[in-house]
Amino acid sequence: MNNLKLNIFLLALALLAPAVLYPVFLAKVLCFALFACAFNLLLGFVGLLSFGHAAFLGTGGYITGYLMINSGLTPEIAILLGTLAGAALGAIFGKLAVKREGIYFAMVTLALAQLVFFIYLQAPFTNGEDGMQGVPRGHAFGALDLSDNLVMYYFVLAIFVFGYWLINRTVHSPFGQILKAIRDNEDRATSLGYDVNRYKWIAFVISAALAALAGSTKTLVFQLASLTDVHWHMSGEVILMTLVGGVGTIFGPVLGAGFIVTMQNYLSGGELGNYIHIIMGVVFVVCVLSFRSGIVGQLIKFKRNNFS
Amino acid sequence: MFDINLFGLFGQLLVGLINGSFYALLSLGLAIIFGLLKIINFAQGALYMLGAFIAFLALEYLGINYWAALIIVPITVGLVGIMMERFLIRPIANEDHLYSLLLTFGLALIIQGAFTHMFGSSGLSYAIPEELKGGNRLPFMYLPNYRAWIIVASVLVCFGTWYMIEKTKLGAYLRAGTENPQLMQAFGINVPLIVTLTFGFGVALAGFAGVMAAPVYSVSPDMGSNILIVVFAIVVIGGMGSIGGSILTGLGMGVVEGLTKYFYPEASTTVIFLVMVIVLLLKPAGLFGKEA
Repeated sequence: MNNLKLNIFLLALALLAPAVLYPVFLAKVLCFALFACAFNLLLGFVGLLSFGHAAFLGTGGYITGYLMINSGLTPEIAILLGTLAGAALGAIFGKLAVKREGIYFAMVTLALAQLVFFIYLQAPFTNGEDGMQGVPRGHAFGALDLSDNLVMYYFVLAIFVFGYWLINRTVHSPFGQILKAIRDNEDRATSLGYDVNRYKWIAFVISAALAALAGSTKTLVFQLASLTDVHWHMSGEVILMTLVGGVGTIFGPVLGAGFIVTMQNYLSGGELGNYIHIIMGVVFVVCVLSFRSGIVGQLIKFKRNNFS
Repeated sequence: MFDINLFGLFGQLLVGLINGSFYALLSLGLAIIFGLLKIINFAQGALYMLGAFIAFLALEYLGINYWAALIIVPITVGLVGIMMERFLIRPIANEDHLYSLLLTFGLALIIQGAFTHMFGSSGLSYAIPEELKGGNRLPFMYLPNYRAWIIVASVLVCFGTWYMIEKTKLGAYLRAGTENPQLMQAFGINVPLIVTLTFGFGVALAGFAGVMAAPVYSVSPDMGSNILIVVFAIVVIGGMGSIGGSILTGLGMGVVEGLTKYFYPEASTTVIFLVMVIVLLLKPAGLFGKEA
């Protein structure tokens, strides 16, 4: 019950936020929050560290961008198709990556994502280094004019809430329980008769699809799809967001994404902009050394120690 | 199709062997570190870049020439690695290995970010040492001396390392430490020291590769991350079960890449990743992998 109240409170906060903060910034935070939640579904609930999630973010973005520029489709259809493209790519990645475990899994996903990066770099439709610029936002369902930033924000919020709900549902379903069993003791899950690789694969596809959903939405918000989204830096960023917020917590990645995006926005404006990668690296190192449970993880510990 | 230009073909084969030498040095370093610590050093690429930059700066500001750099730089980079292991990686050695991987990733971001900040992202050039300038005209190709040197020196270093690990007493300790650290400790061997030194050595190999690379590739902050991802694919292809395997896979993949550059240049950046996909489908543990 407590969680429900908290979620309603947060939703109310999100609905009112544009009154004080710039809607495009908020939309950006929500896109990355969804991306991080999708990533965390794998790392936090199956124990798989993907170092290639940028490939899904970028694929969603490119496909949606391409469709918005070159076809008369409405944005929600373009987003849906971008998401499906990400899911399809995830199905291929997942099939290959679940064959290996632990560190190898990370290396396989990183290498596959780099393969995708090179393909987008060379493919003519992505415009290579320049990226796909001037993607029209269009009218959602043929009626809502997304060129209005405020309308765009609420559209993104709706997508985010859907994604967040879906992840929540997945984690708390019997399927999610099996995923956690695999995370905690893979051998036992196997001995209980579960086809472990199949469960990992399904989780991977869901995660990839939601990452692509985030990428598709992000392309509409910024009207741009570029190589930055498929670069390995992006795969690293989403790991950092999840780590800062709290791996394996439902809300942690949202907070982590908010923290990192705010930090980047703040830094890129000031004279510290040149140090952005160094600062990200330092945050990484500090988190790993002494803040492994992340913001939400720490809060949960604090609550457990003091209020119960 | 059959009108093969031998000059071009051998030229690309040579480039392939040179790239392969670097792949071999870097994946060997990764394999050695993995053997004892069970972690992948994501900073290996950044330390390779660091090696190239130290060589460049040493020549520019201190007048330390290439030959001296070949000794000094690996030691310096090795010391950086030893500090990393001792003060950053060891405190979290008992946590999930994924955390150490993320730690080294963060360190790679810091090192690469710092050099990008100081030197920009454009490349700097390092002159080929006087003794290795020029080249020889072979019947089918022109072989520049420095390129021949890279291949010879890398192969020597790789197989020297292989010999040390597989055939000497020191190597036996190292392999025993990999098999059963607790038992080694009980026999009175200082395992943490071996771990630190091994890490330093694996990283020193990256520093050595950096010096070797400085005269042929341009010295730039992102030289390490680009090559490292390819090396990861190579590690997946070869599997990290065997030291010799990682050397052979590195050289072999360089050649495959060179041949692709000749026959189908468009795929030259992606061919190694495609080979990785095929290996994952046919032999998931890797060509030399031991795990089931």
